[in-house]
Amino acid sequence: MSNHEVELMDFDQALEQFDPAFGIEVHVELNTNTKMFCGCPTDFGAEPNSQVCPVCLGLPGALPVVNAKAIESAIRLGLALNCSIAPSSRFARKNYFYPDVPKDYQISQYDEPIAFDGYLDVELDDGTVVRVEIERAHMEEDAGKNVHVGGATGRIQGAEYSLVDYNRGGIPLVEIVTRPVLGMGARTPEVARAYVATVRDLAKALGISDVRMEQGSLRADVNLSLRRKVADGEDQNAVPLGKRSETKNVNSLRAVERSIRHEVGRQAALLASGGSVTQETRHWHEDTAMTTPGRSKEEAEDYRYFPEPDLLPVAPSKEWIEELRATLPESPALRRHRLQESWGYSDLEMRDVVNAAAAELIEATVAAGATPASARKWWMGELARTANNDGVELADLAVTPDQVAELQGLVDSGRVNDQLARQVIEGVLAGEGSPGEVVAARGLEVVSDDGALLAAIDEALTAQPDVAAKIRDGKAQAAGAIVGAVMKATRGQADAARVRELVLKQFGLEG
Amino acid sequence: MSGLIGRTAVELAQALANREVSSREATQAHLDRIAAVDGSVHAFLHVDAEGALAAADAVDARRAAGEQLPTLAGVPVAVKDVLVTQGLPTTAGSRILQGWVPPYDATVVRKLRAAGLPILGKTNMDEFAMGSSTEHSAYGPTHNPWDLDRIPGGSGGGSAAALASYQAPLSIGSDTGGSIRQPAAVTGTVGVKPTYGGVSRYGVIALASSLDQVGPCARTVLDTALLHEVIGGHDPADSTSLAEPMPDIVGAARLGATGDLTGVRIGVVRELSGEGYQDGVRTRFEESLDLLRASGAEIVEVSCPNFPYALAAYYLILPSEASSNLARFDAMRYGLRVDDGAGTVERVMGATRAVGFGDEVKRRIILGTYALSAGYYDAYYGSAQKVRTLIQRDFDAAFTQVDVLVSPTAPTTAFRLGEKLDDPLAMYLNDVATIPANLAGVPGMSLPAGLAEDGLPVGFQILAPARADDRLYLVGAALETALESRWGGPLLSRVPNLTEVAR
Repeated sequence: MSNHEVELMDFDQALEQFDPAFGIEVHVELNTNTKMFCGCPTDFGAEPNSQVCPVCLGLPGALPVVNAKAIESAIRLGLALNCSIAPSSRFARKNYFYPDVPKDYQISQYDEPIAFDGYLDVELDDGTVVRVEIERAHMEEDAGKNVHVGGATGRIQGAEYSLVDYNRGGIPLVEIVTRPVLGMGARTPEVARAYVATVRDLAKALGISDVRMEQGSLRADVNLSLRRKVADGEDQNAVPLGKRSETKNVNSLRAVERSIRHEVGRQAALLASGGSVTQETRHWHEDTAMTTPGRSKEEAEDYRYFPEPDLLPVAPSKEWIEELRATLPESPALRRHRLQESWGYSDLEMRDVVNAAAAELIEATVAAGATPASARKWWMGELARTANNDGVELADLAVTPDQVAELQGLVDSGRVNDQLARQVIEGVLAGEGSPGEVVAARGLEVVSDDGALLAAIDEALTAQPDVAAKIRDGKAQAAGAIVGAVMKATRGQADAARVRELVLKQFGLEG
Repeated sequence: MSGLIGRTAVELAQALANREVSSREATQAHLDRIAAVDGSVHAFLHVDAEGALAAADAVDARRAAGEQLPTLAGVPVAVKDVLVTQGLPTTAGSRILQGWVPPYDATVVRKLRAAGLPILGKTNMDEFAMGSSTEHSAYGPTHNPWDLDRIPGGSGGGSAAALASYQAPLSIGSDTGGSIRQPAAVTGTVGVKPTYGGVSRYGVIALASSLDQVGPCARTVLDTALLHEVIGGHDPADSTSLAEPMPDIVGAARLGATGDLTGVRIGVVRELSGEGYQDGVRTRFEESLDLLRASGAEIVEVSCPNFPYALAAYYLILPSEASSNLARFDAMRYGLRVDDGAGTVERVMGATRAVGFGDEVKRRIILGTYALSAGYYDAYYGSAQKVRTLIQRDFDAAFTQVDVLVSPTAPTTAFRLGEKLDDPLAMYLNDVATIPANLAGVPGMSLPAGLAEDGLPVGFQILAPARADDRLYLVGAALETALESRWGGPLLSRVPNLTEVAR
């Protein structure tokens, strides 16, 4: 069967016959200033191969030295995941040949990870809390990045040649591995998505990672298997787990959910038709919303792990671990509940805010003087649309919470109206300065000078004598046409209510 | 040997300090000697006359300006090609690195430069330090100055032969299973493998990371101590580097030279003698023991029951680590690239490694890959690590009874070139006495104990507890003093003057 002829069973139908289990490996790229084993900087987007040295290029003779800040971040993440921290953990070499791994082994951890046996409570949209058990969290170095040149889509297939950028090589990662999550049924995709979102929020709250999925600083591999669903009254856990697929390249929260739905449908179709699932690595394709096979686990490489002889064991003291425990921030779930209560948002509103990663922005905007309602209106309205159109995160927009609060202040004081405010935001996003500066530069202030308005009204009445006659006859609603004309003439800068009032007054009518 | 090249490093340093001779003169004299004899010996893979003379001139200028300089400033040195040297080709004796010029200096090289030692060039070695004869160099073997038809030991045959043929007064070696000590033994020179972590490994092309150790080589114990002092000490770039300061090894060498070992307890390792050791080797060893006894030392026999398993454990641990360390030579970033036109990266990697590595390297990569494989790891690598622990315990127990352990360095004198090339196991057995020190991380020295019945040098090995490298120099210097007074001069005074050898 070719990749494009994968048969899928309908998701709901699949769940009538099968019980899904999933497990997730999340890679969190740490935001340390320097790499895991050398002093090279870790800035994203730098000129290719400008942030490299003998160590991260794996030149003959070079040796690694552990970045203490990375250990600190890994321990804090481990503690926040309710893990035990190993009194002594070891690095190991994972041996495999690939051009983006300059030593042809990756320094990772194998049988002695720094953190193990934890859990993370994950809250779903309806408030249900699911506890996801964490098997381990271990440290490793990132690989470089292969750039395939000449192929149609930047993929290796059809490429003329490939280049490798080692800037990312050696950046510290923590890989968090869950135990299998069972019994979630139809909520499986939702739980998986919520888990990754919670890890993201946790890492962000800890300040240890930029957690930008689109930049690859948070990456997920999703394992999924199906087993036969038992009849009511039978023990589901008496049925062993099925063979699993491991889906890589799952690089957004939406993709977590969609890739699981896809895998459930694909595996169910295979099993229902008497076939079997191959234990293999698969790749998620966001464009086609499907997975395709990578290498199969049966013929997978043997990584020949062994303890890294160039490094000593990592042995954090109990005192240090306790010091780090004291630095842990409020958990994202508690924080979310606290903010929702103080802002007075509905569950639905709060969920949208969290999913858009807007909570921090709103918090800062409120701190700068805006009301929670107006802060939400801006970030979830005009700004969310702009971010969506530009394909960026809210936090990446060229506007700060302080500027949003300032703009709302201008609206509240009547200096600009809603329509003008949108133009002000445009100016701010275009880099024209603060809201005040944009108002001044573009001349966007509301015209409330009666003299100027009366002149414009006279002009409009002269231009539309039939409308003027109707108003004179007492038809107050006809004033709308004059107000519209005045707004047009003043490029939206007039206070529409005041214009209407002045028009009616002129004809002795009440507003 | 007469003239500047015949002097020890200490003598040269003294003459330089007194301004009787300039570093340029001393360096040029050695470059001339290299030009005269290295065609026969082939100790060097690369000679850097220009760089060495420039470094010599810099030292001379500083001295002329009245600067206080380190002891060995201006004394030239040869460096094993396993250490990376910025701007100087570095191959580790392998074709796969042909033409590679490193962009950085090994810490040891940096220290040599900082101490003002002109670097004459890079010395020959078995490919990636795998071998005991230097025959596994991709660039042809080095010849033993005592008999050009014989091996100079390995893997550091180049560094030892350069000393024995007076092409350099000092050289740097590396010792993973005996690659400093065994060449020293078969060339009548001195070599020390320091305590693991005593000398930085940063910039040393790794063979087996947990066993590799860089060390000093010279013609006398005191010269060796002085060079050891230059290259040793903590290096933050090497995580396995020892944090504590080095013991006073130069002081120990000077003290030992007075010849008094009263109160020193010396253990003869029962398992490293007897069967398998050449008669002449045993005789010279026994004589040395007599001299040590006469110097006041107490000699006792000590058993290290697990030493017979050392060789087997070593040949699992070494290939395992080497298979991983040598993976990076994949044609992607530096060195040789063989492209068979198949267009995939795997094919380029495979083709390059097939052509770029020699048989011994391939043999050990295959061994190591197998030993680390899923399902075999515990039986091979795991068991070998257990043996390693047992050997460490043997040393611990022995050092509660004695201050140092001694044995012959190698079971035989230098064998003929080609003699063991097709018999890897026989070749491996050469290192039976030197390997335990690497497995335990303890320091060891080899110094000349005389000539065997075949007229070839015999080495005497001293082993000390970790971090007690000074004991090697104390006992070594005392034995050297006693032997030289018996011989009426250094052993190397009897080495053939190669300029008279027709070849």
